Amino acid sequence: MSDVGTPPRVETEAGGASSQPPAPPPAPSALSPVELGRWAWRQLTSMRTALVLLFLLALAAVPGSVIPQRNIDAAKVIDWQQAHPALTPVYDKLGLFDVYGSVWFAAVYILLMVSLVGCVVPRLRLYWRALRSRPPRVPRHLGRLPQSRRFELDEDPEAVLARATAVLRRRRYRVSRPPEDGPAVSAEKGYLREAGNLLFHTSVLVVLVGFAAGQLFGYKGGVITIVGQGFSNSLSQYDDFDPGTLFNPDDLSPVSFTVDRFHVTFLTSGPEMGQPESFDADITYRPNPGAPPHRHDLRVNHPLQVNGTSVFLIGHGYAPVVTVRDGHGRVAYRGPAVFLPQDSSFKSFGVIKAPDASPQQLGFEGLFLPTYGFTMARGPFSQFPDELDPVLSLVPYHGNLGLDDGRPQSVYSLDKAHLRTYKSSDPAELGPVKRIKLSVGQTVRLPQGDGSIRFDGVKRWVKIQVSHSPGKDIALGGVLAGILGLMLSLFVRPRRAWVRVTREDGSGRTLVELAGLDRSSGGDLAGEVDELERLVRGGSGQAGRQQTSEAPKEST
Amino acid sequence: MSPAQFAAFSDNAVMFASVVYVLAFLAHLAEWVFVRTLPLPAQATVASPALVGAGGGTRAGAVDPASPVDAGDTGDPGEGDRLEARELRVERFGRIGLSLTILGCLLHALGLVTRGLGSDPARVPWGNMYEFTLAGTFGVSLMYLVLLKRYQLRWMGVLVTGFLVVVLMVDQLLLYQDAGPLVPALHSYWLAIHVLAAVIASGAFAVGALTLVLFLVKNRAEQRGTLRPRGYLARLPEAVALERVAYRLHAFGFPIWTFAALVAGPIWAEYAWGSYWNWDPKEVWAFITWVIYAAYLHARATAGWRGKAASVIALVGFATLLFNFVGINYFFGAGSMHSYAH
Repeated sequence: MSDVGTPPRVETEAGGASSQPPAPPPAPSALSPVELGRWAWRQLTSMRTALVLLFLLALAAVPGSVIPQRNIDAAKVIDWQQAHPALTPVYDKLGLFDVYGSVWFAAVYILLMVSLVGCVVPRLRLYWRALRSRPPRVPRHLGRLPQSRRFELDEDPEAVLARATAVLRRRRYRVSRPPEDGPAVSAEKGYLREAGNLLFHTSVLVVLVGFAAGQLFGYKGGVITIVGQGFSNSLSQYDDFDPGTLFNPDDLSPVSFTVDRFHVTFLTSGPEMGQPESFDADITYRPNPGAPPHRHDLRVNHPLQVNGTSVFLIGHGYAPVVTVRDGHGRVAYRGPAVFLPQDSSFKSFGVIKAPDASPQQLGFEGLFLPTYGFTMARGPFSQFPDELDPVLSLVPYHGNLGLDDGRPQSVYSLDKAHLRTYKSSDPAELGPVKRIKLSVGQTVRLPQGDGSIRFDGVKRWVKIQVSHSPGKDIALGGVLAGILGLMLSLFVRPRRAWVRVTREDGSGRTLVELAGLDRSSGGDLAGEVDELERLVRGGSGQAGRQQTSEAPKEST
Repeated sequence: MSPAQFAAFSDNAVMFASVVYVLAFLAHLAEWVFVRTLPLPAQATVASPALVGAGGGTRAGAVDPASPVDAGDTGDPGEGDRLEARELRVERFGRIGLSLTILGCLLHALGLVTRGLGSDPARVPWGNMYEFTLAGTFGVSLMYLVLLKRYQLRWMGVLVTGFLVVVLMVDQLLLYQDAGPLVPALHSYWLAIHVLAAVIASGAFAVGALTLVLFLVKNRAEQRGTLRPRGYLARLPEAVALERVAYRLHAFGFPIWTFAALVAGPIWAEYAWGSYWNWDPKEVWAFITWVIYAAYLHARATAGWRGKAASVIALVGFATLLFNFVGINYFFGAGSMHSYAH
C-alpha cells in the first residue's frame, strides 16, 4: 500500500529496483528461488496489488451485512438456516455465518497488512535519508521548471541572495547553498506530508493490533436479570457469552451487582406514541466481593465502568409472576418467568415450566400483553408498551416436559414432543379456544383436576451486557493518529524553490532567477512563487508578471 | 412559539426552500440553454490553461460582463454586440440562479433549526431518516455555496440545485415524519457529533461525485475530440481542473468521514451498545465506503490510474454511501442496530 498524494512506488526510488524496466518481469520459471521471492514481494507490495486488496476487503465485508452472523445474532442465524436448508451446508463451509472470523477474510486483511509493511518500511528509510540530506542541487535551467521568474535588481548579488535566504527561511523552507552551484540557493519544505503519510499507514497497523487484542483477549456476555435480583461475574451466570479466542475465564473481573429499581417512561401522546422516552436501572455494585457497595444509575449511553469491565443496559422486558399448583393442590412453580418482547408494543412471548407437578408435568406457552387489547381479526394484542392492563394469554400443556433426559433445553421454549393440549370442549375453565386469559390476581383451574395457575403480578427484567475489550484505547489512539497523519498527507504541500543570482556584465545589474516545483498535485504554486518574487524584490515591489517567463503548464 | 408551532414553521420553511431551489434550478437551466448556441468567448479558451496553473479552479460560465466579448474572428461589430447581449443574458440568469440558491439555503437552514426546536425537548434536527436527509441536503447546499467562490463552482449550480430538488422532494413525499422526541438510544451528545460529521463528509462526497461525473463526460469529449466550441460542456473548466476540484472535495471529506465512521461512531457504540465495533450492517457499509475512498486516494496518486479509473472508484464509493444511507434502512431495517434511523 502506498501513499496519498506523492508519486508512490518506492522500489523505483529505493535503489535496487530502480534499474528494473516497468514492463512485466520475465516469466517466473526463468528465476532462481531468491529472485522469485523478490519478484513475489515486489508484486505484493505494488500499488496495483494494494488497490486490488482494498477492493477485495470491501467486497469481502459485504456478505456479512447480508447474511446473519453468528457472533451478532445467533438466533437469526438459526432462523435463516431453517428457512434455507439447501444453502446452509454450503454457506457453513464457506464461513458465511462468521464472515469476519473466516479464513478468507483474514487472508485479505493480512495480505493487505503485509503489503502495507512492505511499503512503509522502505519509505521510512528513504524519508530518514531525505531528512538528513540537504535540499537538492540547483537545476541548471531554472526557466524550464513549472513556475519560474526572471527579473533584475540593482542590488549586489550577495545581498539579494542573503535576502532570498532569509525570505525562504521565514516561509519555513529548509535552505542550503550548495557550493558547487555558484551564487544560488536551494530550498525545500513540506516534509510533514510524507511524515503524515507514514504516520497514517503505521497507525492502520496500530489500530489492527488494538482491534485484534480486543478480539483475542476480550469477551462479551449478556444476562437477563429480574429487577430485585443480582448478578456476579462468572461464566455460569451468563445467558450468552462470546469469548475471544485466547480468553481465560480467570480474567473475569470479580464485579457483582444487584438491580434495585427500573424506570421506563413511554410517550403517551403524539405521533410517536408508545415510543420509549427513557429507561434506566438503579444498581448497587461491588467491584470485588470485599469492597463496599456503590450505586450507579445505569442508562443507555451511560454504562458502568469498573476495573476495565463495562456494564451496559441494553434492553428490558416483563417477567410475569405466576403460581402453578398441581392436581394435589401443591405449589409446583412460583416465581417470575422471563418473557421476551416481540415488538415495540412489548407483546412478549414466553413459557412457564412446572416439572414438579404431579400426576402430570405442566407447561404453559403464550403471550404477555402489557396493555391488553383484542379484536377478532388480530386476536389478543398489546395496545401500549407500558403495563396498564397486563394480561397473560397462555396455552396450557400437560404430559412430559422432556427435562429428565439431561438434554439442555431453552427456557424460552417448550419441547412439545410429549406434551398435549387440553381439549377446548371445557368452556367453563379454559374458554372456547384452549387459551387461558389471566389478569393480575386471577386464578384459572385446569381441566381434569390437573391443577391451577394464578397470575400474581408483574416484574420487570433488564438485559445487561458485560464486556471487556482490551486494546480499545490503542485502537482509538491509532485512529486519531491516523486522522492526523491523513490530514498532513492530504493538506501539506511539499515544495522546492531555487534562487540564482547573476551579475549582468553590461548593465551591472543583478539578474535574479527564481523557480518553484510542487511535488504534490494541486496547490497554488504560481501564487507561492509570485509571493516569493515580491519578497525577494524587497517586499515593496509588485509581483511583476510582466517579466514572467511564460511557464509551461503546471504539471498536474 | 410552542414546539408544535416551530414544527409547523419548519415544514413550511422546508417547502418554501424546495420551491426556491426549483426556481434556482430553472434559472440555471435557462443559463445553460441560452449558452447552447453561444460560441465560447475567445478569451476563455486562451486564459484557461494559465488560470489552471494559477489557481485551483478555472473560471467558466461566469464570463465577466465588464470585459467586452471578443468576437474578433467574425470581424463583424454588429455580431459582437449581439453576442455580448446574449452573454449578458446568460450571466443574468446565472446570477439569478445563484441568488435563489442562497435564499433557498437560508430557508433550508431555518427549516432545520426550527425542526430541532419543534420537538419537546429541543434537540438536534437529525434524529430520523427525514431529518438526516434534510440535514444532508443542507450539507450539500452549504458545501456548494461555501466552496463556490474559492473554486469558481457556479457551473455546478444546475446539477446541485437539481440534486437538491429531487432529494428534498423524495424526503418530503416518502420519508416525512412528524417532529417528536428521540428514542432513548439517541440520548447522547455523540448524536450531534457523529451525525454532523457524517453529514458534512457526505455533503463533500456528493458535490465531489457530481464534479467527477462532469469530469468524466468532459474528459471523454476532450479525448474523442467531440467537444463543441459552444454550450455547457465547453464552458466547464478543463477536465483537469474539474478533476482537481473533485479531488479536493474528497480530500476534505475523507478525514471527516474517517472521524465520523471510525472514531465518533465506535466511541458512541461503546457507550450505547457496549462494544465499539459490532459489524452492524451500517458500520460494515460505512467501512466499505471508507475503504473505497481510500482506494480512490491511492489510485489518484498512482500513475496510470489517475483520471478516469480513479474517478470511477470514487463514484463507486459514493454509490456505497448512498446504499448505506438508503438501502440499509430499507432492506435490512430490522437487522441493523441503526434501525431507529428509519
